[in-house]
Amino acid sequence: MTDIELTVNGEPRRATVEPRTSLADLLRDGLGLTGTTLGCEHGVCGSCTVLLDGAAVRACLTLAVQAAGHEVRTVEGLADGDRLHPLQEAFAAEHALQCGFCTPGFLMLLAGALAAEPELDRDERRLDQVLASNLCRCTGYVGIRRAAAHAAARLRGEAYDDREADEDGEDGVPGGSV
Amino acid sequence: MKPAYFDYVAPPSVAETVSLLGEHGTEASVLAGGQSLLIEMRYRRRRPAILIDVNRVAGLSGIALDPASARLGALVRHADLERARFADPLAALFRLVAPNVAHPPIRARGTFAGSLAWAHPAAEWCALAAALNAEVELRGPYGERRVPAGAWFLGPFTTARLPDELVTGVRLPRLGPGTAVRFAEHRRTHASFALAAVVVAVRLAAERVAWVRIGLANAADVPLRAVEAEAVLIGERAGPGPIAEAAEVAGTEADPVEEPYASVPYRRHVLRTLVRRCLTEAAEAAAAEAANR
Repeated sequence: MTDIELTVNGEPRRATVEPRTSLADLLRDGLGLTGTTLGCEHGVCGSCTVLLDGAAVRACLTLAVQAAGHEVRTVEGLADGDRLHPLQEAFAAEHALQCGFCTPGFLMLLAGALAAEPELDRDERRLDQVLASNLCRCTGYVGIRRAAAHAAARLRGEAYDDREADEDGEDGVPGGSV
Repeated sequence: MKPAYFDYVAPPSVAETVSLLGEHGTEASVLAGGQSLLIEMRYRRRRPAILIDVNRVAGLSGIALDPASARLGALVRHADLERARFADPLAALFRLVAPNVAHPPIRARGTFAGSLAWAHPAAEWCALAAALNAEVELRGPYGERRVPAGAWFLGPFTTARLPDELVTGVRLPRLGPGTAVRFAEHRRTHASFALAAVVVAVRLAAERVAWVRIGLANAADVPLRAVEAEAVLIGERAGPGPIAEAAEVAGTEADPVEEPYASVPYRRHVLRTLVRRCLTEAAEAAAAEAANR
């Protein structure tokens, strides 16, 4: 067993882990942060995506001991108290989830990608390449793509008219947001 | 599933890493990006007794340039190469190839040198290394040695590295102005490994091919440099005739294995198509650049 210290969502945390404990298992089982979900546990599905020093990584393919001395951000660290992060609001507004299992991974994937490239959504191909990192089996990605554009615009301080997005009707779902 | 038990150590220096490798030999695995190794450990196909994490070793990061070469430290990540901006067509080639290596979160962790050390036959970086005959730098108890890519890849997941040696970096030749580069990959689905991939670099002189490199991924049990196809082109005008002949030869040089979704003739066909496409585009780009200079 190894004692480690790391920063999780801005808070210094200590833990005692086996070398084989993944960062995902430390977060869920050691620190009780069960927002990070585990799907495949071998790097394919992306549901366990978290930020490590600001970059989106697979928490199942990172050992907890490797995160010692580093900064981790999980979905629990996105909201500011009761105020949801623009990404979370956009996912709700744009129907970017159904069962919700993959959502924390997508939120952290996009949090990392939009921090590095605030205008990512202006290049649809690039955005699709990033979104292809993670698997969602409910939505067909159309809502997620829209939510990414919605959140990116809001993070840039621009107004985003969600009726306009709905009228595009790409997914054939009529009507406005929830 | 969870990996089997192992011990873990994160040494601060190359010297200590090499000493640990000497002590533990084949019982040890080196952890850099871990994006292939940790998967294998989860499947328990690999069960190292000790994991030597080199992420805290000083001096393994960064791209160092000299007039003739670019040296990638062992901890240069795929994402670093996706953003490579130094003034040489080699940087453009890195930027072309990198987006084909897995997905962004994997690219944030996985390393170029680790890909060469892993030696997956379908790996894009291995094909690039084979094409340019990159030199792998190793440190062992005796000191340093360098192994050119042609002698590095011995088979699937098998390299010339000895158990007590650490890959400290990879040296690649700079390509120089006027060199045009292309990359093409074919895969069954967006998320599949390369069914075949091709790296090409071409330089023209007086409208004839003065220098060309062709690298093939998943064309054999090791990454290949298609030297016979290159020889077809040297001194020729880079037109449809010689390019078609070179592509034909490259497909014959390949020695692919039968796979459920790719018969041997099909894979040769794909390789020829990709080689022809890359050579045609690269030759056009090189000619356009020569006209502008």
